[in-house]
Amino acid sequence: MNDKVALHDMTLTDLSQGLRDKHFSSSELTKHFLERIEQLDPQYNSFITVTSDQAIKQAQAADERLASGNAPLLCGIPVAHKDIFCTQGVKTSCASKMLDNFVPPYNAAVVDNFEKSGAVMLGKTNMDEFAMGSSNENSFYGPVKNPWATDSVPGGSSGGSAASVAARLAPAATATDTGGSIRQPAALCGVTGLKPTYGRVSRWGMIAYASSLDQGGPITRTAEDAALMLNVMAGFDQRDSTCIDLEVPDYTKSLNNSIEGLKIGIPKEYFGEGLDPAIGAAVEGAIKQYEKMGAVISEISLPHTQLSVPAYYVIAPAEASANLSRYDGVRYGYRCENPHDLQDLYMRSRGEGFGDEVKRRILVGAYALSAGYYDAYYNKAQQVRRLVKQDYNEAFKNVDIILGPTTPSPAFKFGEKSQDPTAMYLEDIYTISANLAGLPGISLPCGNTAGKPVGLQLISDVFTEERLLNAAHQFQQHTDHHLQAPADSANV
Amino acid sequence: MQWETVIGLEVHVQLATKTKIFSGASTAFGAEPNTQACAIDLAMPGTLPVPNEEAFRYAIMFGLAIDAEIAQRSVFDRKNYFYPDLPKGYQTTQLDRPIVGAGNMEIQLSSGKTKTIRIHHAHLEEDAGKSLHEDFQGMSGIDLNRAGTPLIEIVSEPDMSNSEEAVAFAKKLHALVSSLGICDGEMSQGSMRFDVNISVRPKGQTELGTRTETKNLNSFRFMERAIALEVERQIDLIEDGGTVRQETRLYDAEKHASRSMRSKEEANDYRYFPCPDLLPVVFDEDYIEAVRATLPELPEARRDRYIEQYALSSYDAETLSGDRELSAYFEAVTQDCGDAKLAANWIMGELSASLNSAELKLANSPLNATRLAGLILRIKDGSISGKIAKQVFEIMWASNQSADEVIEAEGLKQVSDTGELAAMVDTVIANSAKQVENYRSADADKRPKMMGFFVGQIMKASKGQANPKAVNDILIEKLNKLL
Repeated sequence: MNDKVALHDMTLTDLSQGLRDKHFSSSELTKHFLERIEQLDPQYNSFITVTSDQAIKQAQAADERLASGNAPLLCGIPVAHKDIFCTQGVKTSCASKMLDNFVPPYNAAVVDNFEKSGAVMLGKTNMDEFAMGSSNENSFYGPVKNPWATDSVPGGSSGGSAASVAARLAPAATATDTGGSIRQPAALCGVTGLKPTYGRVSRWGMIAYASSLDQGGPITRTAEDAALMLNVMAGFDQRDSTCIDLEVPDYTKSLNNSIEGLKIGIPKEYFGEGLDPAIGAAVEGAIKQYEKMGAVISEISLPHTQLSVPAYYVIAPAEASANLSRYDGVRYGYRCENPHDLQDLYMRSRGEGFGDEVKRRILVGAYALSAGYYDAYYNKAQQVRRLVKQDYNEAFKNVDIILGPTTPSPAFKFGEKSQDPTAMYLEDIYTISANLAGLPGISLPCGNTAGKPVGLQLISDVFTEERLLNAAHQFQQHTDHHLQAPADSANV
Repeated sequence: MQWETVIGLEVHVQLATKTKIFSGASTAFGAEPNTQACAIDLAMPGTLPVPNEEAFRYAIMFGLAIDAEIAQRSVFDRKNYFYPDLPKGYQTTQLDRPIVGAGNMEIQLSSGKTKTIRIHHAHLEEDAGKSLHEDFQGMSGIDLNRAGTPLIEIVSEPDMSNSEEAVAFAKKLHALVSSLGICDGEMSQGSMRFDVNISVRPKGQTELGTRTETKNLNSFRFMERAIALEVERQIDLIEDGGTVRQETRLYDAEKHASRSMRSKEEANDYRYFPCPDLLPVVFDEDYIEAVRATLPELPEARRDRYIEQYALSSYDAETLSGDRELSAYFEAVTQDCGDAKLAANWIMGELSASLNSAELKLANSPLNATRLAGLILRIKDGSISGKIAKQVFEIMWASNQSADEVIEAEGLKQVSDTGELAAMVDTVIANSAKQVENYRSADADKRPKMMGFFVGQIMKASKGQANPKAVNDILIEKLNKLL
């Protein structure tokens, strides 16, 4: 192990080894990250809540467990959780005024899994309100700034998780992805983000945006770290009826498999109008790299790609319109002052408690489901969803992995798209279809343009995260894009 | 004009599962408010529903009992509306793919005829909580104990044409779900609630009139009265030149009046869509057949068996077979005493009347089947008369004693000894010179009627313990000697 590498630059694998070799303790490691958060996060705003006291206690417990031997791999390693995962006794806001006072009496399954593995929680990361957004400008707690360019967005909705990992404020973070909310901010922040297969990670305690699309996953600096994180996150949970009861492999085992002969498909629809040429060029470079590594490249077609954005913006808001009905000011969360009757209580609590984008999606969703419009919108969108899935089924008859850009452009400036919802929605054009089809996808850094990172996306068939992580890890063994870090002004 | 009425029912039946349909919270009735509502029932953020298999099994049992198709794949939908006792802001229910398809049920009418009522479908759904509008000084209290209790909603076709048929159907459903053991049948606790769709039309017209829905009736008597009231209201309205509005109405049993709750125009757009938190539920043939194998004897089969095996009248058989507890009681008494007819008479007569006046349920009867059978045995073997038996019954009702103990302790054993009875008869004849004279001078065909006086005197003298048949025989013999 190289002593010159700072703690915050080390991967999970290195940190885990370092803890076992007693180069440092979990308490030291945890304090190091807490200090960095304290020093640096005022410029990024990537955390909503920092749980310093609890983190130090958890680190002490982890140190004892490490000393006793037999501790799990992530024991003692600090991680950050997106503020969409319920944490017992710790405010879980979903970045909404509506839940600014909400302290859950239970943990999300994902949070429990990390606690059981001995990981230390640093805090809760910022996000777009209720995971609705692609820029993190929709947070009640203010936008997160991209560590590579603080005048630009980090992407969303998991902007806080991506920015905190990019800025080395956390070695890894949890996140969720409904239409690209892990992969798009990972791309914009130059980190690795994995959206697993729908049903791979329990949604219990993960606050719902669009239930049939939401899926939790990790944001890390490397594919290997993503494998370690997924080992902890994945697994059957009978509390989530949509969770699949399928054995969880050790995702680190297959990382070093050869990708000689791996069949990679390049969808022509991902390289058309709207794609920033610099992104296109970086992705072309990645394709060449894969060819060099022995992969077999071919062009494929996903003909319904263009329809996936409109279909998503019917289905997701429709589900959200029902999922968010529980925030009514009656049992918990925000309640307006002095309601004069029930109607007033509902209207003002929701009117004052939700931000504009959330209201927009609730209205769109309620409209799409209303009598007389259901067939034209919701049913039609579900038909498109099946066509999108069919596109992938066809493609996977011929290729193992589909490769393309994660986003059409690099991180954009604050305010650039926030007044134009349609432009903002097109940010997710390459990521949304994997959610509609329930497929796993990973974004990893593959270059940069004008100092901003570019993300490469790999998508594979359901429950083949091993293949994705293997292909991503092999890429990272031969390239150094993932090792680039934004300028660091910290003293620690 | 002659009018005819068309009635259809929607019946909410609370399933007697131990826990809720999508959570592990208890469904027991009567707990302190909000003590049986877990994070899922409270719709806390991030919680998810997990289906309760028992609820599905109960729904399938119902479906099999009405000879309905069971959907091998059924889907849950969300019905969206805001109300404080609906924590998620939507009810999880089934719209297009209910678990139980079309079936039918036969009802018996007082005319002796039977009629088949078709059932459109039955679906599974969750109950809402309760809003408490009293005792909170201008505010409402919310009790979420009931939220998430499993229900099946049974929807009939509009096959009933008067309140008798509707009530017969409702009672039949009650008997069926109680017999199946899928519902506790406690109407007063809201375990069964009826929505009645009513329309009227000129006799002979095929087109249906505009219907109204009277919601949430929870007793057969209220249902009968509410139907009568609504039919009268609609006919009066039309005869006065008005038209019936499609609307939902509420019946106030205390005032025997109904009022409009909301019109069709004011009805919610529920924005139904498939619930993305629940996958379609799939049952294979084997599962359904395994459930079929667990079905208990159904009331109709039991009724037929009572007629066949015990030679009961169809009225007695119908009454005793309808309720599982009652039929079990009846069969236990019959087995112990060996006389189904006497058992039926005593259960439907004395026992039922005593339970009613004490406002007790059969389960809490002070007199169990064994003790009642003991009483009937003494009637059968002539130890006591039917009249004395009623006295014995009353003492048994208020004590733990067996029939034999009561008879012994009170000295109520019937006197059948002819010597003893002959002495009593002689005394009565000797003390009734006038009546004896009348008897002698009367026409022969009038004499049997006049016997009553003497029998009465003897029963009185014996404190009711004289064996009436023996008394009769001795009396005739002695009086005839005087002729």
